[in-house]
Amino acid sequence: MTSDRSIVIDSLGVGLATGTYGVSFGAISTSSGLSVLQTCIISLLVFTGASQFAFIGIIASGGNPLTGALTAVLLGSRNLFYGVSMAPKLDLDPRARLATAHLVIDESTAMGVTRASRRQARLGFYWTGISIFVLWNLTTLVGALAGNAIGDPRTYGLDAAVGAAFLGLLWPRLASVKGRLVALIGAAVALGLVPVTSAGLPIIIGGATAVLLGMLWRPRATS
Amino acid sequence: MTAVWGGIVVMVAGCFALKYAGLSVPEGVLQHPVTVRAVELIPAGLLGALIAVQVFADGSSVRVDARLLALGVAAVLLALRVPFLPMVVVSAAVAALVRQV
Repeated sequence: MTSDRSIVIDSLGVGLATGTYGVSFGAISTSSGLSVLQTCIISLLVFTGASQFAFIGIIASGGNPLTGALTAVLLGSRNLFYGVSMAPKLDLDPRARLATAHLVIDESTAMGVTRASRRQARLGFYWTGISIFVLWNLTTLVGALAGNAIGDPRTYGLDAAVGAAFLGLLWPRLASVKGRLVALIGAAVALGLVPVTSAGLPIIIGGATAVLLGMLWRPRATS
Repeated sequence: MTAVWGGIVVMVAGCFALKYAGLSVPEGVLQHPVTVRAVELIPAGLLGALIAVQVFADGSSVRVDARLLALGVAAVLLALRVPFLPMVVVSAAVAALVRQV
């Protein structure tokens, strides 16, 4: 049986590791042309890393902010399913649900969903979620101010950092053949569309095509 | 600038709605196999597309430059299990250095 103490310590460890990379979000965001206020509002109110990076990535490449928002919301769709699997574990009344929803992200779910008791599920979920929330927002502000001071993001390779950040988020999903295939199709379709459509659209069309093809493809070897 | 705020409002509302809906819907409603499979694949497809555009696109043209090298460095570091933040910093630094020479 895992002790409460070790759950809290593990959760804080995950919180520290994840929360600090808000600095890269903040720096990339302001050097992409968003204001410090916009950057901090996004971290405060969106609070789901991949969606935030997608939004500023599309703005930086000259895309329509609504296309950016749509991509961000599509990426956030996985949080819906995290919520579904966390709900019975956390067992919340409606008011607590409203306050808790904001914390439903990859890491808090991962640290909460495997616990045997409601008490420990809540410990893992809240300690992880709240520690990331606090750090993510603090480091976003630090990064946003730094990004503002830097000037041209290309001088420090910040434009290249966005690709690296996306790859870091994608990496765990490349473990399966299907994940690799879907990512590759998404990349290929998007790249093919870059010269012929407006910025932002290649991402949505590429992603959608990849998901559709991925769903049609069923390897025969596995059951 | 106003357009960016509009995008932010839509993103905030959409992302929160998804999180809240997940905690609120009765169990089983979203368990249809097609839905589950689609949602599992969305991050891989979108992130793949995002990487391609981020690394190769320059406006509406496709270009190979220091960004691709930085992506390669990121892949090597990830394979070596380097944590997220140092991985991003080193990969950005490589792009910056290459542009200096």
